[in-house]
Amino acid sequence: MTVTEVPNVAGAIEGLESHLHPQPSFDLADHPMPDGREEMWRFTPMRRMKPLLDERANEDRDGDPVVEFELSVPDGVQTANLASGQAPRGAVLVPGDRPSALANLGCDNALYLRIPANTELAEPIRIDAHGRDAARRSNAVHVIVAEPNSKATVVFRHTGSAQVLENIEVDVRDGAKLTLVSLQDWADDALHAAEHTAKVGRDAHYRHVNVSFGGDLVRMHTNVSYDGPGGEAELFGLYFADAGQHIEHRLFVDHDAPLTKSNVDYRGALQGQDAHAVWIGDVVIRKVAEGIETYESNKNLVLTEGARADSVPNLEIETGEIAGAGHSSTTGRFDDEHLFYLTSRGIDPVEAKRLVVMGFFIDIIRRVGIPDIEERLIAEVERELATTVGIAPAASGTEA
Amino acid sequence: MSLVISDLHVDVLTEDGPKEILKGVNLTINPGEVHAIMGPNGSGKSTLAYALAGHPKYQVTSGTVTLDGTDLSELSVDERARAGLFLAMQYPVEVPGVSVSNFLRTAKTAIDGEAPKVRTWVKQVNEAMTDLGLDNSFSGRSLNEGFSGGEKKRAEIVQLQLLNPKYAILDETDSGLDIDALRVVADGVNRYTAQADRGVLLITHYTRILNYIKPDFVHVYVDGRVVTEGGPELAAQLEETGYDSYIAAARANA
Repeated sequence: MTVTEVPNVAGAIEGLESHLHPQPSFDLADHPMPDGREEMWRFTPMRRMKPLLDERANEDRDGDPVVEFELSVPDGVQTANLASGQAPRGAVLVPGDRPSALANLGCDNALYLRIPANTELAEPIRIDAHGRDAARRSNAVHVIVAEPNSKATVVFRHTGSAQVLENIEVDVRDGAKLTLVSLQDWADDALHAAEHTAKVGRDAHYRHVNVSFGGDLVRMHTNVSYDGPGGEAELFGLYFADAGQHIEHRLFVDHDAPLTKSNVDYRGALQGQDAHAVWIGDVVIRKVAEGIETYESNKNLVLTEGARADSVPNLEIETGEIAGAGHSSTTGRFDDEHLFYLTSRGIDPVEAKRLVVMGFFIDIIRRVGIPDIEERLIAEVERELATTVGIAPAASGTEA
Repeated sequence: MSLVISDLHVDVLTEDGPKEILKGVNLTINPGEVHAIMGPNGSGKSTLAYALAGHPKYQVTSGTVTLDGTDLSELSVDERARAGLFLAMQYPVEVPGVSVSNFLRTAKTAIDGEAPKVRTWVKQVNEAMTDLGLDNSFSGRSLNEGFSGGEKKRAEIVQLQLLNPKYAILDETDSGLDIDALRVVADGVNRYTAQADRGVLLITHYTRILNYIKPDFVHVYVDGRVVTEGGPELAAQLEETGYDSYIAAARANA
């Protein structure tokens, strides 16, 4: 296996002309066709990415949509469709790469979810997206506005097969608390490029949980900026790259307001020939962002030979007047010595592996903070282990 | 009913190829007996421990080991443990993410073939921790992660107490322990042997631990072979003379 862990710490240029983040734009002309040598594309297999780089409309047919959406929306939430350019669509997310620009161009009816001020939802909003054809394109835009002092959880679950471009924009207004879970549980031939962009208001709290297990190629941007002091963002992720899978997560936190916090924690397991995981973390601390606190971490657990994990944390600092900033990237291996130790206590080798992988993920899962979601995630990990490793859940329980 | 080692030859796999470490070991451990294996560094003591447990790096080239009549070469590492063999390791590995409590319950379930009863099990675990001087908070920590050397050794004996195997191999469990920790660990081993039907293979470089755990037999290893055997008095004699004369004799015979 191969691992690159090259931390970059650089002084960013005023106006943020960072090489990692070309100027965002709705205009496709500003996002020319990449050739794979660009900094933001160099880890992505361009041949497999190709179907997601052309301008194409939704390839839905009458009674035969590419992606079937099923919505479960609790009372008190307003839903609507937003045409291109119709506010509040586009207020938070400006496309940062070509797939995101294409998603926006190709979608003329974005789903709008508004959680009114002071509303606390007891049940999560659920959006199940089920792909029905690996050869056809779906362009989706979702707009979520959590009004001041509201509290909600939104769970996206992606299954089946399709070529999906997806933008999710999230406006977490002052004092609101929003948890967004995005589960990528695609079939083996799905292609998925997404940009999830959030703006976190004064004293607001945003938690984003990415869970990427399925798909041939999954490339997720998760971006956060702030709209006032005191905002807090937690970006958690877990992923399992199996043989031949490319799973890429690109995180960008723009500390553009003082006294804000961010915590990025991604963990992934890799197994099998040409399993490839990419994690790019970038935190920018602007001159105005005094007193902020940030930490980004990525841990990979490599279970077999032949897998490759690329992990690059970046920190661009324009002010030293901060409470704390750090990052770490580690890669662990489940090796013969771990296996020997656990099996020498009577635990069979398959169960030993399950223990280690579940243990690796459980820390993150426990931090989601919503028992119902946590149980579902544990079940998803169990299922992923059962299908990819042939590990059936054991009778001994799953709690750590 | 016993652990019988007959003319055991073992190679260790190195980057330069296999290297013979054990050159014909004979040893019978009956239930209720404590056997101390002593020897200088490089004598093959730990190789014997790992070979018995079935570590893939150590290959038995000839000879046999039977546990209560079962040929161990037929069994995988986990099957050996389920047959009643336990190895307290000299350097227990850290297993991040797997909590001590989850690990102990999973191991106990594997060994017994059924999950332990929840109510009594938690109490048993807490008692074993207390007996070995470990705070109950260790239950929630990742297995061996960030444990000091002494804490790792105590945790091995916690496992011995809870899994209660038929035969226990203790591989230099005493090394690196201060005198208080040594006493606590020895008490744990003595509680285990007090059952009177358990066999212990106590591997050590030093005689110090034999002041706390009384061996019935002492075997001295040099260069992969037993060079002398006797009762507890042999340990006392070694304390005086050291291994030098045995090493010199082994060299002369080589």
